[in-house]
Amino acid sequence: MLLETHNLTASYGQFRALFGVDIAVDTGECVAIIGANGAGKSTLMRSITGIIRNEPAMVLHWGEPIGARPSAEIMKRGIAMVPEGRRLFPSLSVEENLLIGGQARKGDGPWNLEAVYDLFPILRERRKNAGTALSGGQQQMVAIGRALMSNPELLLCDEISLGLAPVVIRDIYAALPKVRAGGTAIVVVEQDIGKALAVADRVYCMMEGRVTLVAKPADVTRQDIHAAYFGEAA
Amino acid sequence: MIWVDTLVQGILLGGLYALFAAGLSLVFGIMRLVNLAHGDLIVFAAYLVLMGVTLLGLSPWVAALIAMPLMFALGWLLQIGVLNRVLGKDILPPLLVTFGLSVALQNGLLEAFSADSRRIPAGALEGASLDLGIVTVGVMPLLTFISAIIVIVALNALFYHTALGRAFRATSDDAVTAGLMGIEPKRVFAMATGIAMVVVTIAALYLGMRANFDPSIGPARLIYAFEAVIIGGLGSLWGTLAGGVIIGVAQTFGAAVNPEWQILAGHIAFLAVMLLKPRGLFPRAVD
Ligand SMILES: Nc1ncnc2c1ncn2[C@@H]1O[C@H](COP(=O)(O)OP(=O)(O)OP(=O)(O)O)[C@@H](O)[C@H]1O
Ligand SMILES: [Mg+2]
Repeated sequence: MLLETHNLTASYGQFRALFGVDIAVDTGECVAIIGANGAGKSTLMRSITGIIRNEPAMVLHWGEPIGARPSAEIMKRGIAMVPEGRRLFPSLSVEENLLIGGQARKGDGPWNLEAVYDLFPILRERRKNAGTALSGGQQQMVAIGRALMSNPELLLCDEISLGLAPVVIRDIYAALPKVRAGGTAIVVVEQDIGKALAVADRVYCMMEGRVTLVAKPADVTRQDIHAAYFGEAA
Repeated sequence: MIWVDTLVQGILLGGLYALFAAGLSLVFGIMRLVNLAHGDLIVFAAYLVLMGVTLLGLSPWVAALIAMPLMFALGWLLQIGVLNRVLGKDILPPLLVTFGLSVALQNGLLEAFSADSRRIPAGALEGASLDLGIVTVGVMPLLTFISAIIVIVALNALFYHTALGRAFRATSDDAVTAGLMGIEPKRVFAMATGIAMVVVTIAALYLGMRANFDPSIGPARLIYAFEAVIIGGLGSLWGTLAGGVIIGVAQTFGAAVNPEWQILAGHIAFLAVMLLKPRGLFPRAVD
């Protein structure tokens, strides 16, 4: 298995945010993680990428325990993240933001500066601008392109549609099939259930730090999701 | 035309202050660390060069060239072994640690080299001068100033046109996200301090060839460096040069009026700039 979490727990000081989360992602898959505000989705992403350090065996990469490794090492193993809130580097231009994504690891795959500009042509026009001088949607494109530059095995996207207009969300989601075609597995964290079900092979629903539902989109009913999302019968 | 001469001497003196300050500015710009031992590290490097000259019989230039990688290694180790452990949200621990380092360096140097003042022999260059028509300038001050420009051009090229420089800027913006890019902030900081120590070695070479030094003079050089960095705007290297020049010019004009006013005039210029432009002449947009 490309990536697994086993009984993953995480805390912020005294506050426990995750209570034994198990998820799995295999090569080429697209997995969605849904859940309400505060469910622990971002905490799960931070734990996988080493921003929050855990017990080694709580996160496995090809069976190897990596739960205690630092972010830089996780990234070099081929796990890239589009973090919540995009987090572009304000001192870097658009092009530099992209370049820095592929600086520590090039990886095998189709992604390079030209390929990212072909994926999001507007960025080619804006490449000399400061990353933070762009619109929200364009910034999200930079954040995705930046993560792709290392040709990751696995791309983690934390709420890439947050705060964007529907047409912009459509453009951004249209990029995901191309990412999969390049051989990268994807985890999308979403609050928009419809978007998540449309792109994913498998959906995990989280609530209050636990996984409350795992299913294939075709197999779940609205009631199942409602119950898993809000913790009550519909 | 005496004032033209004073102005030119002041500008050239500013080059020396900019050299003192460039390493401080680099480190502050990248990791928001104020190294209170910076001046003492310059003095330490000056002794290192002096030993190359006196013990190995090298020319000062060759001795400095050999001292550079040693100082780089020292900076790297200092960052990895000590400073990285105290860097954090709270700015007090690194200040205390570098203050302690400053005291320790001064005492160590006093132990090793005594309080006698020393000078790096510069041979024929000492006292050599160049007639430029309107003014006559010392070769040594001129070389210092040219070196300052070269150092700043090189540091800027590194900062804005290399992958390492990109990593410097990204880490300074957001160390957590830099980690997601495969960058290890602690290694980036170690590189930065190592490079700052190479610049310190260049500053030490000119400090030691131009004037006498002893183990106690570090803190005074730190003050000039500080003022140059702050006048220039934190983190801007050209600003740091401008800051050095302003202090240098103020000092030479002060000295021209009354020799006792040299140091005071520099500090007054610093205060005047702070009153008019509290964030310095070239503040960074993001801070
Ligand atoms: N830095 C932090 N310090 C303390 N508590 C935190 C921190 N970050 C998150 N939490 C808490 O941990 C819980 C899970 O937060 P998390 O950000 O993982 O949720 P999320 O599912 O990503 O929510 P959202 O959809 O709003 O992004 C929440 O109760 C939140 O308040
Ligand atoms: Mg979140």
